[in-house]
Amino acid sequence: MKTKQDWLATTYKKAEERPGRFSTVSDLDIAPLYTPDDVKSDYAADVGYPGEYPYTRGVYGSMYRGRLWTMRQFAGFGLPEDTNRRFHFLLAQGQDGLSTAFDMPVLMGYDADHERAKGEVGREGVSVTSIHDMMRLFDRIPLDKVSTSMTVNCSASILLAMYLVVAERQGIPWSSVGGTIQNDMLKEYIAQKEWICPPRPALRVVTDMIEFCARKVPRWHAVSISGYHIREAGSTAVQELAFTIADGICYVEDAVKRGLEVDQFAQRLSFFWNLHNDFLEEVAKLRAARRMWARIMKERFGAKNPRSMILRTHAQTAGASLTAQQPINNVVRVTIQALAGVLGGVQSLHTNSMDETLALPTEQAVMVALRTQQIIAEESGVTNTIDPLGGSYAIEALTDRMEREALEYIKRIDDMGGMIKAIETGYPQREIAEAAFHYQRQLERDEKIVVGVNKYSAPEELPIETLKIDPALEELQVQRVRKMKRERNSAAVRESLARVAEACRSGENLMDPICEAVRREATIGEVCDVFRTEFGVYTDPGWL
Amino acid sequence: MAEKRLRILVAKPGLDGHDRGAKIIARALRDGGFEVIYTGLHQTPEMIAEAAVQEDVDAVGLSVLSGAHMTLFPEVMRALKDRGVSDVAVFGGGIIPEDDVKKLHDLGVREVFTPGASTEDIVKWVHDNVHPRQ
Repeated sequence: MKTKQDWLATTYKKAEERPGRFSTVSDLDIAPLYTPDDVKSDYAADVGYPGEYPYTRGVYGSMYRGRLWTMRQFAGFGLPEDTNRRFHFLLAQGQDGLSTAFDMPVLMGYDADHERAKGEVGREGVSVTSIHDMMRLFDRIPLDKVSTSMTVNCSASILLAMYLVVAERQGIPWSSVGGTIQNDMLKEYIAQKEWICPPRPALRVVTDMIEFCARKVPRWHAVSISGYHIREAGSTAVQELAFTIADGICYVEDAVKRGLEVDQFAQRLSFFWNLHNDFLEEVAKLRAARRMWARIMKERFGAKNPRSMILRTHAQTAGASLTAQQPINNVVRVTIQALAGVLGGVQSLHTNSMDETLALPTEQAVMVALRTQQIIAEESGVTNTIDPLGGSYAIEALTDRMEREALEYIKRIDDMGGMIKAIETGYPQREIAEAAFHYQRQLERDEKIVVGVNKYSAPEELPIETLKIDPALEELQVQRVRKMKRERNSAAVRESLARVAEACRSGENLMDPICEAVRREATIGEVCDVFRTEFGVYTDPGWL
Repeated sequence: MAEKRLRILVAKPGLDGHDRGAKIIARALRDGGFEVIYTGLHQTPEMIAEAAVQEDVDAVGLSVLSGAHMTLFPEVMRALKDRGVSDVAVFGGGIIPEDDVKKLHDLGVREVFTPGASTEDIVKWVHDNVHPRQ
């Protein structure tokens, strides 16, 4: 039998080859061909069966033959009632779970009436300041029937508390409440940059929430360990894989240090991956991630329950890959990216809308994005069998390679003393900035192509309708917040905030005091001010 | 006499944490021969104007991807004016709709670079349009 080397030296060499490098969007060199010789992994030990260790082929036994992924479109803008309307629209269009986008003031821990909230209220997401906003946001949405994901990080404790109090008021026990809160602070310092206090106290709050949910809200995912933002900030796929898993390792270590058994909390850790342009690389990344996490949980942390070992993930198509030019092309990009997610075995999926480089999505644009998922699910046939790309020489070789390269990064981080140390010295931040700059240079030299931008640009752009946020709503929300602050029992609020401060100092779990504060109409900004006072304020080191 | 290098402040006003672009541009401007000071994230307009004065810059580049540009750009310009340095050239970029680009130009923002703009274009623009302040 001819070897690949022979084939490369003869038949391939005689054939045409286009000029330039053949590499993934992350710059991994890709071979002209992959053969069985390129696959070093062992089927039994490294690939295995779906629903069985090491879960390379899928976390569940029947995957999409049993249950399709959750179609969960991220939504949020304006006032709580505006987003509530969009929630109902999306549920009516066939979406099966909610995903909430909050505005920058919420995400940075400020009330709508704060000086720093000026111009930002309701723009990047929905404005929420108090429990009243939360009640409006989830109006007529039964929290025992609908699971909700909330994308919020440094103020996550307060948002979770508010959600739980809404459930309380709907008469729903916390044991029936299901969903996810992003709450992944490590990646904030690395990539998304939404913070209040420094990394160490931020990690303490995350662990408080993991512990609290393990005991009191058993169906809730207290962290969504995210690679999405790391990738959006400009990392390569391998860096996304490595830094995310390294973050996960840090959370598990901290919870174990707290005294929790791995099998007590690990099954409610979830993940969140980016789905970028390079189809093969993304599928391989998702498979490598599952295998890596299973091995780490079993071998490094001694997990006994298989549910502690399975990497369950939400995924979102890459925002940074979309173009402002010829936005309808984005529908095509999102389709390819979503398909990679499905072939990569994700549990939950958000597909971006075509207009998202320009604004938050219009109803029409988000409908197309949702239909993209539904067409893949119902018409493409890929859900008929599990992990259909498994066994592809290219995919298995890439899966192995990405695991290998990511493990090298993780070892480096371990040698630095762990992710917190790595963050404090700026290691992941600088790696990402370097990768981002490198890619930009490649784009500007046409070494990487973006259709409509550096190739096939249109002389005249056809304008499309975009969503506009009415600036008047900011004033309305500010007035509402001020009225609420005037009318509530200020003494009760002050007392509850003092309890939170006490818990910050004593090390007692923060969640019960925060829930009580929220019941008494304390605001996001007020609880975060306690954090600012007790834990200190983190400022951007501004590394380039 | 040696030509004084242009000094540019690259700033992230408001709560927006998307700094990928700002950092790339800061670096490209530095490679392009300018002195660049990057403020880091979460700057108020006051902090930016203060930094512009302290660092004695010739231009300020603002990056806003949060939709708050129509509040933040004018506030930065006002803060610069209050400090008597309205001759500092203000330019910027981010997620800014066409209609707002025009409004910003009318307010005195010298140029707005939207998605797809290359660092080469930006460096060239600064070179051709920003002059040392007297």
